Amino acid sequence: MTNIQLNRAKDKMFATWGVVSTFFGIILLAVFIIFILYDGLPRLSWQFLVSLPSRKPENAGVYTAMMGTIWILGLTLLFALPLGIAAAVYLEEYIPKGKFATILEINISNLAGVPSIIYGLLGLQLFARTMKFGGNLLAGSFTLSLLILPIIIVATREAIRAVPSSIKDASFALGATKWQTIWLQVLPSAFGGIMTGLILALSRAVGEAAPLIVVGALAYVPFAPKSPMDEYSVLPIQIFNWISRPQHGFVVNAAAAIIILLVITFTMNAIAVFLRNKHQKKTN
Amino acid sequence: MIKTQERIIEKLLLISALFTILTTVLIIIVLSYEAVIFFSDVSIIDFFTDTQWTPLFDEKHFGILPLLTGTLMTTLVAMSIALPVGLSIAIYLNEYSNKRFRAIVKPALELLAAVPTVIYGFFALVIVTPFLQMFIPNLAGFSSLSAGIVMGIMIIPYVSSLSEDALFAVPKSLREAAYGMGSTRFQTVFKVTLPAASSGVIVAVILAISRAIGETMIVAIAAGQQPRLTLNPLVPIETITAYIVQVSLGDVPHNSLEYRTIFAAGITLFVFTFILNNISFWLRKKYREKYD
Repeated sequence: MTNIQLNRAKDKMFATWGVVSTFFGIILLAVFIIFILYDGLPRLSWQFLVSLPSRKPENAGVYTAMMGTIWILGLTLLFALPLGIAAAVYLEEYIPKGKFATILEINISNLAGVPSIIYGLLGLQLFARTMKFGGNLLAGSFTLSLLILPIIIVATREAIRAVPSSIKDASFALGATKWQTIWLQVLPSAFGGIMTGLILALSRAVGEAAPLIVVGALAYVPFAPKSPMDEYSVLPIQIFNWISRPQHGFVVNAAAAIIILLVITFTMNAIAVFLRNKHQKKTN
Repeated sequence: MIKTQERIIEKLLLISALFTILTTVLIIIVLSYEAVIFFSDVSIIDFFTDTQWTPLFDEKHFGILPLLTGTLMTTLVAMSIALPVGLSIAIYLNEYSNKRFRAIVKPALELLAAVPTVIYGFFALVIVTPFLQMFIPNLAGFSSLSAGIVMGIMIIPYVSSLSEDALFAVPKSLREAAYGMGSTRFQTVFKVTLPAASSGVIVAVILAISRAIGETMIVAIAAGQQPRLTLNPLVPIETITAYIVQVSLGDVPHNSLEYRTIFAAGITLFVFTFILNNISFWLRKKYREKYD
């Protein structure tokens, strides 16, 4: 074999290896999911969705955990969305260039890299103990809000940056103030991008178990929460709890609950990808 | 009137932005406050040199080393999967594949990072461990190997998308010069593009390591709860994060020494990830400047 042939063979081999690598993770994930479906699908039923937790695996259901997850998501959205958008607007439109801007920038990228369990320790000490919320929904959703704040800020900033400056110039030329321009022109144009970021942030929040365990969410809650001051569990914690039990019936329950959680996260991600594609087409 | 309104709004927005600074400051205060009390009871030298971690037993030892090696092992296993696979994906998508293939594959890869980690924990414990036990009979039911492999799969998209950014930032002229000299794609990538993108790839690796160190649910489910000083990937170990979860699930009385151990462990974790994240931020800034 000549040198040239050898080099071409190497090139071909790497091309094959590249395809193998690309599908390595995706195919393994698919295999895992097929296992889960095989284990969990027969267990899924309306009864499973509306049943309270139980010591007997065949009677247990995800009702309280589902309700906890819905409460947590709603409250987290309520706290994190306005705060995140406001912070992003300030960083994109108002902040004077200089040291202060750099510090904020570094800080946000740092916060995005802080492990979620550290947010749990912060929430435990600050919300659960100092503010005396204990293990209630408020403490949990405050903690998750801080966790997803950097994600919302980064996504909103990108969306605002993508708004053409001609729109802003036109608004200013008509005599609008800075805030009127932002509120009436910039934010509505950036809506698609902000929604994409928001959904991705919520899909992160819906799967988080570690910080909520640390803040004091419970593995066993006999009733669904009725107010933000109530104790709660969430789907990932319910799954974790079932995985750690020895009886096989609970593993089947865990698989069934995982199917529900996967459907929720995949749907959220599909919506986000769809919105992003639509948005990109519009701006191009 | 409108002017005052505008000024009030600007102040409100500023306060929202300052919330991010406040979060960082509070994390540091909370962790340091509890850790300082902890280190008034336990000598910091013992903390870093004692080879046993048994705060929940009668005979208490507070050596963080077993938790550190546990964290190191799962991270090592994860990176030995995520790095070669993720980097190959980045090279393939950026230098070999066509646009359509990329557009289809990228969202599928992102899905790997979107799956909640508690689900990956289930995969590791219920599927991967029994599968590996067919080939490695002395693999324990909990191990850094299974947890690490699954964590590696989860981290693939972090490595691939960040490395892709780095490869994409390399100027086209460099590539074209290599092709002009008659190089194959393979030669171009490994002799020209990849070396030029090296600092960006290092950023990807550092961020992926930082992600692996902080990962919690996979290791809490599949790696075990036995802190031990070992480099053997086949036996149960415990990571820093898994220990914090273990204590949080138990009923350790607040304000006790046992309770404060999670803050001492937490600040150790925080310092590591903080350093890694800052190095990567600094490196990324540098390589962006290089090509701008």
